[in-house]
Amino acid sequence: MILQAVRLALRSILRNKLRSFLTILGVVIGVAAVIAMVTVGQGSSAQVSASVESLGSNMLVIRPGQRGFGPPSSGVPIRRFSLRDADAVATLPIAAAVAPVANATATLVAGNANVSTSITGTNEQYLTVANWTLALGRNMTAAEVRAGAPVCILGQTVRQKLFGTGDPVGQAVRVKTISCQVAGVLAPKGAGSFGQDQDDLVLMPIRLVQRRLNGDDDVNGIQVSLAPGVSAQEGTRAIQALMRERRHIGLGEDDDFSVTDMKEVASMLNSVNSVLSRRMSSIAAISLLVGGIGIMNIMLVSVTERTREIGIRLAIGASSRQVLTQFLVEAVVLSLFGGVIGIFAGLALAWGAGAFMNIPFTPDPLVILMAFVFSAVVGVVFGFFPARRAARMDPIEALRHQ
Amino acid sequence: MTAPAPLIELRNVSRVYGRGEAEVRALDGVDLTIAEGEFVAIMGPSGSGKSTAMNIIGCLDRPTGGEYLFKNTPVQDLSNDALALLRRHYLGFVFQGFNLLPRTSALENVELPLIYKGVPAAERTARAQEALAKVGLSGRGAHHPSELSGGQQQRVAIARALAGNPAVILADEPTGNLDTHRSEEILILLQDLNAREGITIVMVTHEPDIAAYARRLVIFTDGRITRDEPVAWNQTGAEAPA
Repeated sequence: MILQAVRLALRSILRNKLRSFLTILGVVIGVAAVIAMVTVGQGSSAQVSASVESLGSNMLVIRPGQRGFGPPSSGVPIRRFSLRDADAVATLPIAAAVAPVANATATLVAGNANVSTSITGTNEQYLTVANWTLALGRNMTAAEVRAGAPVCILGQTVRQKLFGTGDPVGQAVRVKTISCQVAGVLAPKGAGSFGQDQDDLVLMPIRLVQRRLNGDDDVNGIQVSLAPGVSAQEGTRAIQALMRERRHIGLGEDDDFSVTDMKEVASMLNSVNSVLSRRMSSIAAISLLVGGIGIMNIMLVSVTERTREIGIRLAIGASSRQVLTQFLVEAVVLSLFGGVIGIFAGLALAWGAGAFMNIPFTPDPLVILMAFVFSAVVGVVFGFFPARRAARMDPIEALRHQ
Repeated sequence: MTAPAPLIELRNVSRVYGRGEAEVRALDGVDLTIAEGEFVAIMGPSGSGKSTAMNIIGCLDRPTGGEYLFKNTPVQDLSNDALALLRRHYLGFVFQGFNLLPRTSALENVELPLIYKGVPAAERTARAQEALAKVGLSGRGAHHPSELSGGQQQRVAIARALAGNPAVILADEPTGNLDTHRSEEILILLQDLNAREGITIVMVTHEPDIAAYARRLVIFTDGRITRDEPVAWNQTGAEAPA
């Protein structure tokens, strides 16, 4: 009986292709929106989690100025760090590895190719601290760092832009007036928490960057990898005590530097992310409701149009339940059509958006199943009223209907 | 020869629409017994209650007074679903306007009652083909109603009524939309079904020469039966029942 009803429903849907399509458009859009939102949301969560992994274990970042992502707050003047600060942190027992960082932006030239990238001046411990591995060549040596020797390590993106798939190790790269020898190439990490390309960088000895590119001896930040068994809290406290002493900050005065646990930042990002995608999905779900009302509307029209047919069926021996089933199944089939089209549209949308925003495409079977079930539920809920109207018709009246 | 069992028994049946001032007594104390194998024509002017009687006999409506026994079962107190079951298993309808489903092939139209009976697909098709053959339309199963003439459409409707193997075919002005020649064809078909298959036929009409094809004539006036007699002058020479 149900199978028969499904066949009947399919036929009546296909008979009015355009109308059926317009009817389900609301459900298509609703389901597509929910699927796209959830998939993109989950993709970016997955990305944040992945980038937490890539940050390395127990990494703290010390920056001058007060904590916060925005512009430095007024009141407390920013005092820069120097390499001596990094050396001092390195003497703390809580630190396993310490890497001072000085940032610059410059254009690299190799042969005919050139690329504008961000340059990270640091020391030989940076690879350990920031959890990088080498794909080719070698790390910079402590001696090279101390001397500020003209060597560099290329990120994958930079390597590709300058050398393609060729081996750049030992080749010369020109940065402003410096001719730099490529010592190694980093293994790729992929996109970061904000969708940025983490592989678009070049590492150089910090003194080289300070003297030849920035013309100062500022250290923008110090990254610390904590010793095994040391918690982020302990590490933060030890660093704060040391830096307050070094910077002569009296009791009751605020820190003029910040210590950030990168994992904490990542998990915060993650929760913002999930709240955001949940909100957006619930907004998208409203369009599913609107879609359901569209189905109800057309089903009501259809029941009225087919009054005579209903009369014939009742006269021939259909019970009111069979008529109810027929129209209910038709609404559900319509709605499921909408759901399936919506699922594919939503996945396509998520894939496109993901490619555009550098977010991995991670479709969730559970979410897809839920969208499918939910569109069936929409069909039942919004199809019931029109179907009941059909089932309650008086056969004599219905047969007389023109 | 024993008397044929009564199939349809109306006992003092009345059907009242509306209440108080607006009360209309469409049927007013009707007694009518129709036995198995009869071919009855019901005549009467419009408003005489013949259609109301037909609806009640067809289990589409219930009497407001009196008793209706179908196969000795009182029908007036049955639920809507029980009435639907009676229609499904014992009754076949033929309407003036044919009432075929549009954009649906003749074969599928004929299969319709079998679907509700739960007959499996293969058997359904076979039985529908058989019914179409009985009305002389074998090979037309794939045609849609719009591709058939009025007479052919009414034959499809008769085939649909036949397919469910009914005890009674109720025909409400079956020739009302047809010309004389087609009308005769349909009436001869009905006579034939009555004679060969032993199907009881109750036919409503308002034309005496149509009623003449039946073997018994019942005339309604103002909600009552005013005449009930055998048809003296039977049209055409369909063989007598075996």
